[in-house]
Amino acid sequence: MSNGPTPTERFIQGILPENPVYRQLLGLCATLAVTNGLKPALTMSVAVGFVLLSANVIVSLIRNLLKPHLRIVVFTLTIAAFVTIVDRFLAAYMYQMSKALGPYIPLIIVNCIIICRCEVCASRQSVLTAAADALGQTIGFGLALVSIAVVRELLGTGTLAGLPVMPAGWPSWVIMVLPPGAFLTFGLLLGLVNWIDAVRSSKRRRKG
Amino acid sequence: MDYLVDIFLIAVGAALINNFVLYYFVGICPFIGVSRRVDMALGMGGAVTFVISIASFLSWTLTTLVLMPGAPVTRWVAGFFMPADIAAAVDLTILTYIVYIFVIASSVQFVEMYVRKFYPLLYKSFGVFLPLITTNCAILFACLIIMSHVVGVDNPAEAWGLGKSLVLGFFGGVGFTIAIVIMAGIREDLDLCDIPEAFKGAAITLIIGGILAMAFMGFTGVDSGLRAALGGAP
Repeated sequence: MSNGPTPTERFIQGILPENPVYRQLLGLCATLAVTNGLKPALTMSVAVGFVLLSANVIVSLIRNLLKPHLRIVVFTLTIAAFVTIVDRFLAAYMYQMSKALGPYIPLIIVNCIIICRCEVCASRQSVLTAAADALGQTIGFGLALVSIAVVRELLGTGTLAGLPVMPAGWPSWVIMVLPPGAFLTFGLLLGLVNWIDAVRSSKRRRKG
Repeated sequence: MDYLVDIFLIAVGAALINNFVLYYFVGICPFIGVSRRVDMALGMGGAVTFVISIASFLSWTLTTLVLMPGAPVTRWVAGFFMPADIAAAVDLTILTYIVYIFVIASSVQFVEMYVRKFYPLLYKSFGVFLPLITTNCAILFACLIIMSHVVGVDNPAEAWGLGKSLVLGFFGGVGFTIAIVIMAGIREDLDLCDIPEAFKGAAITLIIGGILAMAFMGFTGVDSGLRAALGGAP
């Protein structure tokens, strides 16, 4: 019925080959802003995952009714509705976390990852594929966030998710949990990912 | 006098101390994507400042008149359907996100059509950036800050008026422009540098962004010093 990648392909692509943060450079506001600790990073990944899954499923269900010139508006309004649900849920059950994440929860509405997935996948393919795509992208987003958050929290405060890890007397690199640390860590990790990728592809070329 | 000091500090805060890009990380996508040439960066900054001011005006007006608990328009409309005391308590704050994003998307559309029709020259300089702005986090972020200062305050006397909201929006846009133009200037010179292959493009831009953010951290605490110097209430 529908052509294009199968659900399994979509799922696997989202995790590493088309990682939303390292490969597509999407959703960077959230990536940089909430990675000063492991806990906010995980909460953000789950929140984005819920919104992405719900929005992808809904958009996929109504894909035949969408008019081309109105589709972006429909996407954003759908996303805004689900973000409101997440926001109220966090405010009710995880008040401290909701305070800490502040405006970055509502800013999920303009997170490019979700709009991009609605546009690329959900508005063209069946519900199953869209759901698999959402799960894969969420795992990829979560991995990227966790990788940055681990570096920043470990160096910045010597803890992981609030538990002390580094030996006593670790001089906290406070700059890492402040805004500049986010740019530096992500920039260096992005360079590292590009470098590993270049090395691997040159090896493959030599073999082939 | 106190009001003027407040306005001045909001302006300095939004443009420099808590710069939208380098402190709050909003508007990172154009910061990395469009900051290749200074003239393009200026066009993008102008477009964002323009739309952010309009969105600030609309979001303050809608929040105060329609969305917040006991807002006049809502109370008046609800008064036709229910007793006055219940109508006064109608609270539409849960709709804020949907309303804001709808307002931003539609005002960007209208601004684009208006500018294209009546100011062709202006359209040439920044028109192409307008559609991108709908999904620019900086706009929604300004609306959310304004909302938090209108709905979230405990003391009604401290709620922001229209003036403060507009100043926040406009100078937030100015701050965005400052950051993106500095970045574009550095990147123009960077073309002549020998950068490792893996760091070309986004990675080096982010690292430079980190160094810029460190430089902007130098502004921390300037606001309390200014307030003391200008003799406002602490």
